[in-house]
Parts: sequence; C-alpha cells; structure tokens
Amino acid sequence: MSSAFLYALVGVGLFTLGLYALIVHTHLLRKILAINVMASGVFLVLVALAARTQGATPDPVPHAMVITGIVVAVSATALALALMLRVRAETGRAELAEESQE
Amino acid sequence: MSYVPDIHWGVMVIVLPLAGAVCCFLWPRRAVPLGLVTALGIVACVAGLGWQVVEQGAQRYAVGGWGAPLGIDLYADGLSLLMLMVAAVAGLGISVYSCGYFHRPDAKRDKAKHFWPLWMFLWAALNALFLSADIFNLYVTLELLGLAAVALVALAGGADALTGAMRYLLVSLLGSLFYLLGVALLYHGFGSVDITLLAERVEPSPVVWAAMGLMVTGLLLKTALFPLHFWLPSAHASAPAPVSALLSALVVKASFYILLRLWLEIFPFANAALAQLLGLLGAAAVLWGGFQALFQARLKMLIAYSTVAQLGYLFLAFPLANVIGWTGALYMLLSHAVAKTAMFMAAGNILYFGGHDRIVDLDRVVQRLPLTITAFALAGVSIMGLPPSGGFIAKWLLLEAAIRAAQWWWGGILILGGLLSAAWVFKVVGYAFTQSEVPHETRTVPASMEWTALVMAVVAILLGLFAPWPLALLEIGSPFGRENAG
Repeated sequence: MSSAFLYALVGVGLFTLGLYALIVHTHLLRKILAINVMASGVFLVLVALAARTQGATPDPVPHAMVITGIVVAVSATALALALMLRVRAETGRAELAEESQE
Repeated sequence: MSYVPDIHWGVMVIVLPLAGAVCCFLWPRRAVPLGLVTALGIVACVAGLGWQVVEQGAQRYAVGGWGAPLGIDLYADGLSLLMLMVAAVAGLGISVYSCGYFHRPDAKRDKAKHFWPLWMFLWAALNALFLSADIFNLYVTLELLGLAAVALVALAGGADALTGAMRYLLVSLLGSLFYLLGVALLYHGFGSVDITLLAERVEPSPVVWAAMGLMVTGLLLKTALFPLHFWLPSAHASAPAPVSALLSALVVKASFYILLRLWLEIFPFANAALAQLLGLLGAAAVLWGGFQALFQARLKMLIAYSTVAQLGYLFLAFPLANVIGWTGALYMLLSHAVAKTAMFMAAGNILYFGGHDRIVDLDRVVQRLPLTITAFALAGVSIMGLPPSGGFIAKWLLLEAAIRAAQWWWGGILILGGLLSAAWVFKVVGYAFTQSEVPHETRTVPASMEWTALVMAVVAILLGLFAPWPLALLEIGSPFGRENAG
C-alpha cells in the first residue's frame, strides 16, 4: 500500500468521522466543526490522490482545487459562525430548535 | 476562427450581475435603479446569448484563452439557455417585486441595503452554474449560490428564519462536500474535470459507482427530494417573500440541473434500478408534499410544501428515460418556476396586507386584493396542471413518456398529485372568500407588488400556449439526443 493511498484512506476516515459528529451533536459549534473536519477529509483525499506514481512530481490541479476549496470553506465557516451567534442571541441557545408555531 | 468581434454574451451574463452586486453594495441609496438596470441588462444579455445559440449552435468559450484541461470553459447549449431564460424571467419579476417589497414606507432600510447585493451575487452564481462546463466549477458555483441563498433567508430576522437559515446552511455545505468528494474520485480516475472529456473517458468501475453515489446523494440533498426535504419548508417559508420566490423557483432547480447533466452525460450507464428508485422517491415526494401542504395552517408553509411535491415530478423522468420524459420534466421545471414565483409573491402581498398568513383568517381578501387572489388562482391552475397552463403541457408530456416507456403507473401519480394540489388551492381560495371572526388591521399593498404577481401568473398560463418554442430550444446541442431509446 503506497503512502498516498494511506493518506486518501485517512481522508475518507475524517469525512466519515465528521459526518457522524454532524449528525449526533446538537450544539451548532460542534456541527460547524464537524463540517470543517469533513472538508479537511475531502481536501486530504484530493492532495493524496494527486501523487499518481511514486517519486514523480504530483499533479498540481488537485492542489489548485484544494486552495479554492479552502477559500470556500473559510467563507462558509465565517457565515455559519455569524449565523450561530444570531441564532443564540435570538433563541438563547445555539441549537437547531424545532419551529415555533407562529 | 474569424476575427469578427463577437460579443461573448455568456461572459456578460456572469460579469454583469457581479458588477451590479458590487455597485449595489457601494451605493446602497441607489440600489433600486442599479438593481433594476442590472436585471434588464441580464435579460438583454441572455437574449443575446439565445440569439447566438439559435443562430450558431452550442457555444463554448475558454475564459482567459486557457482552454479545457487547465482553464475554465463556459458552455451554452439549449439546456443551459433554457435554464438561463427561466432565471432571467423569474429574476426580472423578483427584482421588480422587491422594489415594492423592500422599499415600502414601513420597511427597514438595512434589509434593502443587504438584499440587492446578495440577490445580484446569487443571480451571478446561478448564471455561472448554468454555463459551467466542468464539474469542479459547478462545485464552486453551487457553494456561491448556497451562501448567498442562506444569507438571503437570514435577512428576514427572527428565530424561525435564523434557525431555518442555519439548518439550510449546514445541509447545503453537507451536500456540497459529498459532491466534492465525488469530484475528487472522478478526477483521480480519469484525469479531468471537464464534462465532455469525462463523458468520453468514464467507464463503469467501482470508483465511478462510488463517485456517482456521492454526487447524486449530495445533489438530492440540495434538491430536497423526499425524504431529504426536511430543511426546505422552514427555510423557504420563513424567508422574505421575494426570497422565498427565488429559492423555490430557481435555487433548488440549480442542483437538479447539475444532477441532470451528470446523469445524461457522465453516467449514461446508470442502472435502471437506481432510476426506478429516484422515480419512486419522486412519486413519494408528490404525495407526501401534497398531503402536508393540505394540512398546513400557514399559507407560506403550504406553498413551501407544494414545492416539495412539485420537485417530485421532476424525478419521474428518470425511470422513463426517454426524450419526451426529460422534456416534460424540464417543462415542469420551467412552469413551476414561474407559477411558484407568482404564488409566493401573492402570499407576500397577503402577509403584508393583513400582517399574518394564517389560512383560516384570510378574511375576504378576494374583495380587498382582487389582483393578488387572481394571481394566486392562475398560478394554482398551472400547479394543478389544468389546461391551457404550462403545468398542463409538462404533465401531458410526462404522461405520454410514461405510456411510451410502458410504465403507465407513473400517470396515476400525476393525477393524484394534481388532485392534491387542486384540494389545497381551492381550500385557500375558499377561505379568501369567507369573513373572519376577528377583524384585522390592514395595510395598503403597493400596486407594483400586486401587478408583478399577476404578470408572473399570466406568464405561467401563457407557457401552455407557447410551448413549442421553448421545447425547440432544448434540441440545440441537446444531451438528450444521444439516448433515443423511447
């Protein structure tokens, strides 16, 4: 098993771990962190699989994708954190409560 | 290539809303004229692109002159053009409506200040998405779209809207990550993200199945197909009225568009069992969404559940897998976009007029807001699928496709779904005639809001009368032509 493949597997592991945490945790901060862990997993898969043959120069295109992905992830996290604060200010809890009637 | 200066309309439809967004952000006091001029400009550019595509066939443009393997390509064929036009028509209507909605005498100024730039960014993301020729660029535009949409939902303020927006954001990010992991696998397997190149190279293999599973799951989550629709009603219903309209009309359709492209071009070998599953989920969505709509107490929530049902129809085309079926689904998408825009606008008017949208307390709005209720009823005709509306043509095409594919039972779903829609439309219209026990304070609705809703509803009806023209567009560079096994 090549080290690149191992890294890719770790990436898939992180993705799964993040997905699990996203589902089980109720606090919004934990959910946002879980999404970030998932994103890191995907980025790790992209970077790892860029090394197609051992020793050769890795493919630069996935690296460019990861950089774009990080930009997207940072802005999404910023928006999510800002929203979380607003939800907390409005409802008193940083959780996804059921809808109030009216 | 000749050196005749040919304007790249495809680039214009992306750059123009981006420029408009920046201008609206910089000069918030001038946002209304700036926004309207941009909206008209986008419609003109889409018309220009349409002319180009009709005259010269499908267009491909390499941004910056880099070309397919390295650079970003824009690609416009009949399908992208149709989607751009849906966005242009609904977008223009929503822009005009928003002038009234966000600039009423008692409206808060900061909402308008934030609405215009966000809406223009959203429109730019939509147009870029419909023109993207590679699956990674589709991911980026999908994220841009999602972030702008979430911010627009949160604009309403209040606990419901903020919670709805938060849930929407998490679901949207989750869907995108599934999609991105699929992109990573496809790129690893075939060394390209370009749809055309992938279409040539992809062969069934475990990696492709995994990628397909991930991408389809992510996109279904974003398209809110039953049972992944849980986030949609709260987000769509709690947003400001023009935002609800654009979410239901355009944003959910964007991920459906990506799914359709991938399904037809990259995964044409997808097995029949999966297509049947999508069809079944679609049928379940039609019935579940219809039932839920019927039992909602609030008008906007009802309309949001009806979106869940209408999205289900789009997936009925997957098991049929013939050209008529795909055309029917796209016509459904088109007519639903226009009709739902009209319907959410009408609901917005009613909500503004009485200060609430409880269906039982509608209190004779039919006498006081005749234009709005007419708009609601006409849009309802299209959503039920009665002739001569656009919804009728769409259901007719789907029915014909079902019979051709020897799977007539999908026709039963069409009829049941129509009956459920009819039930809730008549329920609402019925309450609009009856007097409520408690009198309510009312406010005057700006005329522009009423007329925009009516014009959109009339367009939804007219779509039934002028069906051949949009249908002809779909044949330009069509991905449907390849699998003619009707």
